Parts: sequence; C-alpha cells; structure tokens
Amino acid sequence: MEFAELIKTPRADNVVLHRPFYPAVEGTLCLTGHHLILSSRRQDNAEELWLLHSNIDSIEKRFVGSLGTIIIKCKDLRIIQLDIPGMEECLNIASSIEALSTLDSVTLMYPFFYRPMFEVVEDGWHSFLPEREFELLSSVTNEWRLSYVNKEFSVCPSYPPAVTVPKSIDDEALRRVATFRHGGRFPVLSYYHKKNGMVMMRSSQPLTGTNGRRCKEDSALINATLRAGKRGYIIDTRSLNVAQQARAKGGGFEQEVQYPQWRRIHKSVERYNILQESLIKLVEACNDQSHNMDRWLSKLEASNWLTHIKEILTAACLAAQCIDREGASVLVHGTEGTDSTLQITSLAQIILDPRCRTIRGFEALVEREWLQAGHPFQQRCAQSAYSNSKQKWESPVFFLFLDCVWQTLRQFPCSFEFNEHFLIVLFENAYASQFGTFLGNNESERCKLKLPQKTMSLWSWVNQPYELSKFKNPLFEANSLVIWPSVAPQSLQLWEGVFLRWNRSSKFLDEACEEMNNIIEYNKELQAKVNALRRQLAELETDDGMQESS
Amino acid sequence: PLVVRRPQFENLCSTVITMGTLCHFAWHNQFLSFQILHSQISYIEKQATTVTGCPLLIRCKNFQIIQLIIPQERDCHDVYISLIRLARPVKYEELYCFSFNPKLDKEEREQGWKLVSLNEEYNRMDVPNNYWQISDVNRDYQVCDSYPTEVYVPKSATAHIIVGSSKFRSRRRFPALSYYCKDNNASICRSSQPLSGFSARCLEDEQMLQAIRKANPGSNFMYVVDTRPKLNAMANRAAGKGYENEDNYSNIKFQFIGIENIHVMRSSLQKMLEVCELKSPSMNDFLWGLENSGWLKHIKAIMDAGIFIAKVNYWFSYIHLLDQILYGYLDGDPKERSPVIDQFIECVWQLMEQFPCAFEFNDRFLIHIQHHIYSCQFGNFLCNSQKERRELKIQERTYSLWAHLWKNRADYMNPLYREDHSQTQGTLRPQTAPCNFLYKFWSGMYTRFEKGMHPRQSVTDYLMAVKEETQQLEEELEVLEQRLADLKKVQLNNRKENSKQQDHNTHLGLSTSNNSIANTPQDYINNVKSFPSRSPSQGDEEDSALILTQDNLKSSDPDLSATSDQESGVEDLSCRSPSGGCCLPSEDSGKDSDEAVFLTV
Repeated sequence: MEFAELIKTPRADNVVLHRPFYPAVEGTLCLTGHHLILSSRRQDNAEELWLLHSNIDSIEKRFVGSLGTIIIKCKDLRIIQLDIPGMEECLNIASSIEALSTLDSVTLMYPFFYRPMFEVVEDGWHSFLPEREFELLSSVTNEWRLSYVNKEFSVCPSYPPAVTVPKSIDDEALRRVATFRHGGRFPVLSYYHKKNGMVMMRSSQPLTGTNGRRCKEDSALINATLRAGKRGYIIDTRSLNVAQQARAKGGGFEQEVQYPQWRRIHKSVERYNILQESLIKLVEACNDQSHNMDRWLSKLEASNWLTHIKEILTAACLAAQCIDREGASVLVHGTEGTDSTLQITSLAQIILDPRCRTIRGFEALVEREWLQAGHPFQQRCAQSAYSNSKQKWESPVFFLFLDCVWQTLRQFPCSFEFNEHFLIVLFENAYASQFGTFLGNNESERCKLKLPQKTMSLWSWVNQPYELSKFKNPLFEANSLVIWPSVAPQSLQLWEGVFLRWNRSSKFLDEACEEMNNIIEYNKELQAKVNALRRQLAELETDDGMQESS
Repeated sequence: PLVVRRPQFENLCSTVITMGTLCHFAWHNQFLSFQILHSQISYIEKQATTVTGCPLLIRCKNFQIIQLIIPQERDCHDVYISLIRLARPVKYEELYCFSFNPKLDKEEREQGWKLVSLNEEYNRMDVPNNYWQISDVNRDYQVCDSYPTEVYVPKSATAHIIVGSSKFRSRRRFPALSYYCKDNNASICRSSQPLSGFSARCLEDEQMLQAIRKANPGSNFMYVVDTRPKLNAMANRAAGKGYENEDNYSNIKFQFIGIENIHVMRSSLQKMLEVCELKSPSMNDFLWGLENSGWLKHIKAIMDAGIFIAKVNYWFSYIHLLDQILYGYLDGDPKERSPVIDQFIECVWQLMEQFPCAFEFNDRFLIHIQHHIYSCQFGNFLCNSQKERRELKIQERTYSLWAHLWKNRADYMNPLYREDHSQTQGTLRPQTAPCNFLYKFWSGMYTRFEKGMHPRQSVTDYLMAVKEETQQLEEELEVLEQRLADLKKVQLNNRKENSKQQDHNTHLGLSTSNNSIANTPQDYINNVKSFPSRSPSQGDEEDSALILTQDNLKSSDPDLSATSDQESGVEDLSCRSPSGGCCLPSEDSGKDSDEAVFLTV
C-alpha cells in the first residue's frame, strides 16, 4: 500500500497530548494511512483520540532539547499539541502527517477506504434524487418538466443530469441558452412557492459582453415563468460596478431593453478569497489569548465575518420578500452561479419553506441546492482557517451558509427540527469526512469517481434513528409560516458553537441543553401516560356500561 | 396633530397631555394611546424645525426613544418646557409612587414591604454568629446617615473602634459586613475611602480592619480591594482622601481593579446607546461603536473584580444585593444619573448567559427591575438612605416593587433553574481566562423597544409553558389513576356479584384489591383541563410567525405592556442597505405601523 512509504515512524510512545480544558494525556501515538491515533495506556482512564489526516489544516513543529512539539491545527478549528520525545521521531511524524494530510488524489481519501460499522437501512445516495423532488413538485403544478438535456454533462458540466425547467421550453432551446450563460448554467428552477405559485430560479451571468450580445431563447425561458402582466425580479449578487466590469471579460447582466418584464436588483455579496481571509482573521481573533476587550471587538469587526453574514441574509430575505410579499418570480445569479447564488437561493428557501426547516427537508436542500447544483466543495473546502498556502479556490461559502442558518435558528428557536449540532456536523463533514458526500466538485465528477458505489453517503449515517435523535431540536413545533429573520447588527451574533467550541468550556451550556431535554422528555412521558390511562378508562367505562345494561 | 416617531413606528397623534406623572399621547380615534412616565425621561432635545413641524426627541432611562413632531413651534416649546419641569421633580411627593395605587389594602402593603428583610438575609448567611454581631452604634443614624440603623460588624469591634473608624472614612461609611460565606467564614465588607491624604492614619480604623481579619479565623490576611483605577485613588489623596497605606495595616493585601468612575461610565453608556440608535448601521459601524463605547470593557472589569463571585442565585438574596448596591450608590445629586445599577444588572445577565441553570429568575426579571428603578412607581428605590426613607414614611405611603414582582413571579422564572446547584456547587466561577468573547451585547435590554431585533420565539416562555402543562398533566395523572383504581374496585365488586360477567372482565387485567366499595365513576372526558396553548397562532393571521415574543411583557406591567406582537417583522430590507436603493413597493410599511403601537387599557 502506498501509505506505508509515507509513514516513516508509525508509532511513538510517551507522547503527551495537550488540549484546552482537558488534563494532558500521555499515551502512544500511531499513524495509519488516514488517521492519527493517540491512545492512553492508563487502565483507569483509557482515552483515545482519532483524528483524520484530512482534518488537519496545518502543522507546526518546535523543539526544546530533544523534546519535540507538534501543534496541529484542524479544519474544524481545533488546535491540539503533541509532545513527542526524540527529535528524529518527531520530525518523521511531522513530515508523515504533512504528507498524509495533503494527498493529491481524491481516490486515496478515506471515504474510499471507510467501511461502515452500521447497517445501512436507507442508502443516502438515493434519498434525494431529482426525480423524487420533481414528483413533489408535480403534485402542485404541471407547468414544469424534468429535462435530461444534460444527461452526458455535455450542456453544463456543473449541472446534474436532470434539471427542472418550464414545460414550454424544449431541450434545443436549453442548449442554446446554455451557450449564452457562463459555464452553461442556464436558468433552472430552484424553488416553487406553493402559496402563490411564484418561483425562484438560478443561473450564472449572461454572456452579453461589451457589444450587448443577446439570446432570445434566454429571455423566452425566464419569461415563461411569469404570469401574464406580471414583472419579475433579477437579483444580481454583484454590485452594479462589478457587473459592468464583467462585460469586458465577456460576462454581463440582463439589460432592461432586452428583459423589459424584469427588474434588476444588485445586492453585493462578497466571494472567494475575501471570505477566506475573513475566516482566517476571525479564527485568529477567537484564538487570541489576551485579556483585552477592545482588541477582541476590533478584531471581530476587522474580520468582517458578521458583515458577510448580514449581506447574505439580507439578500436572501430580499429574494424571499419578492416571492412571498410582492408575488413576483425571482431569478438569482452572480458570476458563475455556484457560490453566492446558492447561498441566497438556499437561505430564501429556509425562510419561505417550512419543509426546509425539518431534518430531511434540510438534507434535501443541501443535496439539491449545493451538491447537485454544483458548488465546488472540493475546491472550496480544501483548506480551512489555518491555511497558509495562498491558493485562490478555498472559500468558506458553505460555512457562511450554515452560519446564516444558525442565526435564523437562534432567532426562531422553536421552528427548526434540527439543532445547532446538526449544522456543526455538516460543517465538519464538508471539510473532512469518512463519507463521500462532499467529495468532488459537481455531479459529473462524482459520477466519474463512482462515489455512490465506492463510498458511503453521509445521509445513510445521519438518518439512522439513533444518530438522528442527537440532531433533533427538543423545542421544535412545526411552524408552517414564513419566518423573517432580523438582519440588524444587534441581532446577529458570533456562532460560538463553532468558533469558540474549543476555546471555552461548554459544561454549563451542555447542562442547560440537558435540562431542556429533561423538561420536554418528562412532559412527553406524562402525556403518553395520561393518554394511556384515558384510553384504559374509556374502555372500562364502556365495559361498565355494558355490564350495567346487561 | 402630532407625529410620534419611534423606531419602526410612526403614527399620527392628536394630543399630548403632560400632567401629573404621566406624559400621555392620545390619537384621534381614542382607541390608541400610549404614555410614558415623566420619571423615565432622561433627556429631551428640541431639534431643528422641518417642514412638517418641530421635532422633539425624548430619550428614556429604560432605553426607549421617542420623537414627537409638533406642527406649531410654540406648542413644541410649551411641551418641551413642561416636560423639562416634570421630568425633574423637586419634591419626592411629586413622584408617581405617591399616587400609584394598585388597590391593595393596608395589610397587603405591609406584607409587601416585609418580603425583603435585611435581618433575614443576614440570618440566612448564619449571621449573627461567633464572629459577627449586630451593632446598634448607628441607632438614630448617629454615626453614618447613609447606613441603616442595624449594622453587622465583627464581635471584637467595640463602639469606640467603630466610631473612630467612621471619622476616618469618607461620609463616615465605616467598614461593615456585606456578605458572609458560612462555608469558609470568608466575608465581604464594604466601606468608603479612608481620609488618609498623604500620611494621615487612624488607630481605630486599623483596629477595625484587624477585627475584620480576625473574624475569619481560617485566614491570616485580608484583601482590601479598591475599585478605582490607581491613578484616581492617588489623585484623591490631594483632597485629603485616598487609600489604605499597607505599612499601617498589618496583613492586608491591597489591590486596585480599575473600575472607572461614574462619569466615565455614563459617557460610555451614552456612546453605546448612540450606537444602538443609529439608523440601519452596518455591521462594522455597530461593532466599531460598541468597541469605542468601552461599555463591555467596563462590564468585564467589574466581572473580573470578582465581587460578584458570591451566592447571588437566590431570588431574595439577589434583591438584597440590589438593595445594598442601591444604598451604596444612588447618592447625591438626583440629576446625576449613574449607570452603576445598569451595570450591575448587566453583570448579572452576563452571568446568566454563562450559567444558564444557576439563576432562579430570567432576564425579564432584570429588565423589569431596571424599568422600575427609574419608573418611581414603587417606593423601593427612592431616597438615598434608610434614614431618609423613614423620614418620608415610604413604607406607609408607597408600595413595594418586590411584592409586585413576587405576585407575578411566574413570569420571571427561569425554567432551566436547577435548585440542587449541581452546576455551580454554590459559587459561580465565571471564566476569567481569555474570555473576552463571552461578554456580549445585551440586545434584550438596550434595544428592548426595537421588537424586530429580538429572537422571535422565546425559549424561556416555551419551556415555562411546557412546565405548566407538565404540572397539569401530573395532576390529571393522579386523578385518572384514582379513578381507574376506583373503577376497578367497582367492577371487581360487580364481578363478585355477577360471576357470569367474569370472562368479560379478565382481559382488562384487574387488580385483586377488594378493600372498600368505591365511588361511582364520574364523567372524565369533560373534566380534562385545557392546556396553555403553546402552538403558534397559525391560520388566520398571515405570517404571524411569532409564537412567543420574547419581550411580550405580560399583563403584569400595565405601563410596559406592548401589543401582542403578531407581525413577524419583515425587516425593511431595502432601507437597511444604503447601497441598494432598490426600495420595493411593499405593503409591509403599512403593516409595520400598527405593530408597535402601545395599547393602554
């Protein structure tokens, strides 16, 4: 096996592990192809740490005499320290970790080697197929069809084989529209608002260029979603300035003259490396050990993370407002339509659609609006907050989406079926996982990698009843209404559960959660008992009546 | 007609009546009106006249902000002048509490005042005991007029020492017991600064501190904590005041913790409130302003002082602590508003955030106390000392807030409170390591009138409703079990009489108890209690996504009562982004206006 060559020292004894809020643990360190394992030999307090190499963001080494220290910074933002006796061992281990955590080939990743210890009841790879989602749609409207124009991924490499488009537009027209949109991402259905039949579509920018190229199939396609005499809104996730500049590179935006029935709104949302830098700064601030309040607040401000949250949520609320309050259809796009566009379409659905606030509905949303929609997870999540390489593809786009969901969850604590923990698990798995769900950049790549055959889906694991119980929000009461989060700065908070997870003791907060669960469990228990007794009494009474009458 | 502007709220108002203790705003249709107490007004400003009229800005001490637009400048000036006058009462008798009458009889009123007793509080701490006793040295307020008549001092401190020490202390506030921890005999005493100047010393004061130290036999030194920044303390020496010289006092350890004086604090609070007032600030404006105000820094400094590492988790002891703080701080010029009490309340809230199970009360309790400290509706927070309070016969002429809060205590309960203290083992130890980030902006307090900003569903209220339902279920379960047992007995008897019915009954698994003949079963179905509704008011109201609004201030406070907040509060998104400028023709603006109207019954 190839990994053996990379592991020069597979094992070291008397290694001391340091973590915040835990006593130091001394034990044996083992390196395998995919894991760093530290197991304590003490009988009374056996402890094991399993860390996926792919979770390691960066490592640092230090020496004091012959005692080496490796500081491991993980993609889930945790920082651990290992003291390893012996300079050679330490150097070997450090270089092995470095090599194993930066493997180039996807097929060497752990999901291809992972064998589940649980029985797969429902294969998550088949849980959220486009056909099934389309079935749900056809139960409420017949204005849409499922097109297989992209069956071979030839029309749009980042789209799935099946997409939902207006019934009146044929595949030939779709092919033509694809040549007019960046990366072939022609407008497709993202969300259908049952309440008033309005829709949200997403695409990439139109390739108008400087000479104002046009495509009549394109306007026909999006006009097909409008009711007679009604206007729609195009939400461009770039500022007008950026959109205008894009024309020089062949991109552009929908001009009023060519799309008279549409009103364009520019809602600027940051992207790419700006977001990545923001994440790096924020995590740095959270790890700052100084006692100075001012520095914390100014660093929090300088990171701009919460500004991004506010921008994204505002744009999503605007899209939702157009659909629900204005009764208008909406088209959302930025440049490529694979990042900020998806943040906005998916958050708008959280706001509008109660189903997206359930666990299964949320899984379907992630599958539909992120995985199948072609968000390049592998590029975006290759590195996290401790990366020092200046690669330009990394960006916490999905992470920001999860944070926005958390902000909404915090404002509507009883309207979501899942809890914060569920969001954290998604964050962790997007960056490092034993499951194949977040591998690859789009459906085409996943297909080539044969992920459904060779790896396990995250959903297969999450949807087991036992695991599911850990992600349930005890306060959940189905809320069929649209929820409007506040986007005022006073209402937005740092997501402590993720950013301060390793820097604070959560003992007291966990206790509060436990207490909350107890209160609700006890209530349910009593309710069940009372119902059982009522039934029993009712039965007895009828019997009694029968006796008396006989 | 007047235009009254509040954040997210705009309405025409026909009259402003300012008389007595209330500023009353009435609308044409007379169905809507709202009022603010004059005592709540902290600041009034006449702003530049516009085409629509003359704007008058009113800031309240409970962080409410109101803008009136009065068409005639003359009227505006009149209102301004009367408000200025009425907001600054010259006599205590003008205050609302002397006219407020919750229709309680004399006995209930007395009962209310007895709810909190200083002596009982000390008894709870096991004081008096072998080391501490009540001293009557301050009877008739002879020694210190801002202390109560009964003062707890070390047993070994004689009257001579106390009186001597008091002469050496600013405003004669000699060291007296504030908190005693019965587990380890440690105590917290408080006093004012010594009049040490640069070199003066006082034998009795030194003896007093020795007595305090000796009152804890387990420890051979004591800390003297000076809450000022060292610079301020040194500056005070020039005025003949200052701090204890370590050389003159044996076995003391001296520490400055640098809590800024009230002037600094007041401007800090003011700055923070200005940030809150910004119209659609950006995230950066907000965080920058928050940092710049330094408010959270001050909060952290106070928390670091550890003066709150104490058992503050009992309802009554909390009140007690509050009382003490008030005795200590609300002094001097009544116009000089000190944010000390706001800070104390916020510190408690910060602790609640860190220790969600440790407090019996919830944040609404704190917010209502804050409101009533300035409302002057109850007599508790009047005057600056017990002496003055007795002279004014506060207890005979006004009502106690604690009785009011106690009556509505169900609204103030923390459903997560664990009586067993498993979480804290008695004492809260806030994290002091690198935990700046643990101190958060308290939106619930400082922007409490901006309903749109708060979480739309309250976990506290939800859990309280569940608990209430649980209690009813418990009762019903008991009733049902009793009925079932009774019914079984009856049937058992029937079976004995009618043996042919036997096989019919066996499948019910009857118990074989045959004690006595039971009552005849009654109607169970109609006896089922209706549960408190905790489902959202879905259905007819479109998008009333509010299940339980956090700031739904319950009926317990008539003057606070907000309208039930049915509107889910669509943020005016286009307004909030200055860059966008893409205002949607929205029907929401109309909706918002009837959202925040205050209804008075």
